[in-house]
Amino acid sequence: METIEAVLRDVPLFGGLTSEDLALLAGCASNVRFEEGERIFRDGEQADAFYVIRHGTVALETFVPARGPVTIETIESGEVLGWSWLFPPYRRHFDAVALTRVRATGFDGSCLRGKCEADPRLGYDLMSRFAQVLIERMRWMRIRLLDVYGYEPVG
Amino acid sequence: MIEPETLEALVVALRNRGYRVLGPTVREGAIVYDDVGSAAELPVGWTDSQDAGSYRLERRDDEARFGYAVGPHSWKQFLLPPRVRLWQAKRRNGGFEVEEEPLDDAPLAFLGVRSCELHAIAIQDTVFLEGRHVERDYAARRKDAFVVAVNCFEPGGACFCVSMGTGPKVGAGYDLALTEILEGGHRLLVEVGSERGGEVLDELPRSAPEDADLEGAERAVSGAATRMGRTLDATDLHGVLARNLEHERWDDVAERCLTCGNCTMVCPTCFCTSIEDVSDLAGESAERVRAWDSCFSLDYSHIHGGSVRRSGRSRYRQWLTHKFGTWHDQFGTSGCVGCGRCITWCPVGIDVTEELAAIRSNKEANDGDD
Amino acid sequence: MATSPSAEAPTAPGATAPRPFRVARRRRETKDTWTLELEPLQGDPLAAAPGQFTMLYAFGVGEVPISVSGDSTGPLVHTVRAVGAVTEAICRSKPGTVLGVRGPFGNPWPVGIDVGLDVVIVAGGIGLAPLRPVLYHVLARRDEYGGVALLYGTRTPADILYASELERWRGRFDLHVGVTVDSATAGWRGRVGVVPKLVAGASFDPASTIALVCGPELMMRFTARSLLERGVPADRIYVSLERNMRCGAGHCGHCQLGPTLICRDGPVYRYDEVAAFAEVPEL
Repeated sequence: METIEAVLRDVPLFGGLTSEDLALLAGCASNVRFEEGERIFRDGEQADAFYVIRHGTVALETFVPARGPVTIETIESGEVLGWSWLFPPYRRHFDAVALTRVRATGFDGSCLRGKCEADPRLGYDLMSRFAQVLIERMRWMRIRLLDVYGYEPVG
Repeated sequence: MIEPETLEALVVALRNRGYRVLGPTVREGAIVYDDVGSAAELPVGWTDSQDAGSYRLERRDDEARFGYAVGPHSWKQFLLPPRVRLWQAKRRNGGFEVEEEPLDDAPLAFLGVRSCELHAIAIQDTVFLEGRHVERDYAARRKDAFVVAVNCFEPGGACFCVSMGTGPKVGAGYDLALTEILEGGHRLLVEVGSERGGEVLDELPRSAPEDADLEGAERAVSGAATRMGRTLDATDLHGVLARNLEHERWDDVAERCLTCGNCTMVCPTCFCTSIEDVSDLAGESAERVRAWDSCFSLDYSHIHGGSVRRSGRSRYRQWLTHKFGTWHDQFGTSGCVGCGRCITWCPVGIDVTEELAAIRSNKEANDGDD
Repeated sequence: MATSPSAEAPTAPGATAPRPFRVARRRRETKDTWTLELEPLQGDPLAAAPGQFTMLYAFGVGEVPISVSGDSTGPLVHTVRAVGAVTEAICRSKPGTVLGVRGPFGNPWPVGIDVGLDVVIVAGGIGLAPLRPVLYHVLARRDEYGGVALLYGTRTPADILYASELERWRGRFDLHVGVTVDSATAGWRGRVGVVPKLVAGASFDPASTIALVCGPELMMRFTARSLLERGVPADRIYVSLERNMRCGAGHCGHCQLGPTLICRDGPVYRYDEVAAFAEVPEL
């Protein structure tokens, strides 16, 4: 059985962190598993965790009246699921559903926030990493806004 | 040497050989190229006064036949006619049959081709004859064309062939070349550029040139070289333009340009055409027409969803950067021969030599590391 | 001395006048997109390499450039999206209808010259059609290549082209197929996100990969950036560009993009050779 530290070492998000830092992170982490169709979190819930997906695909959904649940984005292995634990009011905005069997590493948000506050250097480092991931996700989202495949006759 | 009156014999000799003789003649206040039945139709004693946005015919105080620069026409009128049907199709047996338009290969003789125009014809030859596909209509018209070139002695106010290295003295590509000499008696020096040119000259009354004739011809042409209406620094325009696709001058010229496309119509090298499909109301027959088009039209760059070049700024930039820059990439030469027509016939007097100088001066001020 | 030059004008057959082809089969792909199989009424079948296009003519309506989308060893196949009068007329053409074909024109995808490499095919929307012949080509000689990935993004699940074929390809163990949509509808259980994101997550060895990209210009731009970020060299990324192709023969001037004429020098380009021009607005 791999230790959580060994698992974290292979996660791109944590690439290059020292063993000490990885041990600190591992103290807030645990391995989790979701079955296909299982709800990982729900809109409106308290957000006290985030996940690094190791295997499988997760759909971020919302329920649209008269349309049903609609997937906004899918999160795959290597990616991070969940941001609402970072800032108050720590509340979820979407549903997350496992589209396949999912194996992930889950992190206790308040545990991690506590460690970051205690060690601003680690806090800054982690925040930079999250910011980078968020910026990339925002880039994908912006490209989607362009609706490049849409055909709008103009001019 | 021939007398000015011998030009009539030249026209007759060409007609007798089956050529449709085309040459300069005065029509509606301009010297245009059209069928010439007799040398009397040449613009005898006329000259043209040209400047940006301005063209006037004026009387000369001599009887010169070629005492003008260039008019709104160029020889592309005949090699690449403004409108040509490519084929017709008729519904038949549940499908349709296509019949290509018979080629118009009546041999043409061009009388009075300037050096810049010879270069322009060579440039269009590259476009239509030297690629993977040959333009069959152009090839048919071009194939037997007989060229009587003329050395310039009266350059126009918009001319800058010296800057482009395309004149005023004719180089290769002619059957006969004329130099009109006015000083010390009106006469023309004839040079032979091809076997058939020699055969035609043999039919004309002529005399051997003397030293004074050769010197007079030389002075006429070299004098023209010193009286260009415009100059342009053509050094590495390709690079200068490639580095300045974003430049405030494009905004400046866009304020003035009407995107009317006149410059592309009068330009002797502009070759863009549109492909127009037409059908009858019953849907029984259809045809395709090739017609002159201009990169200044919105439709020119249309792809599904709209035009690629919507602004006048981008369309002017397309024209100028193509003509002086990317033409080199596409066809291995500049697309400009310095004839000045685009300057003269621009309704708002935009002068390419001025625009290019403005772009270059900024380049040298701000882009010195290239 | 006047001779008839028409007899020897070395114009390629079908360069000026369309050759009549009969629609042999027609298949609806999506709400507005159809695939047509065409056979010549007379003469040899048309041999077109993956990436080339023809000028397709609907009698009395007009002509449009359309890439070949079938197997280059089989009949002429085009996949057409109805977005204007001509493409609508072509899509309406039932089996038996006669269409005109000129060409083929343009330069093919560089398949066959980079044997041994990983092949990453990235398609956006209707851009899958010009790339499908590449996939046929590669799958027909699968052992000549390393890993092969097809990454395909489109607007919604209903816009997915060649759905049953994609399903079949997805079942192959020697081909990675990733499909994503920009916007999901209820019931969609596949990926949602843009295709450049698939590039970021796909497994291939960037140092020995050739990438072929076709789709809307913006999609290609962002995809190329993703490929570059992954470490694929710019000179091994190929894109297929579109401008207003009218004559197909390099004579009419309409399809210029900076230094190139797309019908003559393209439509397939090495990314590093066109990136600078493709990103200048309105060039």
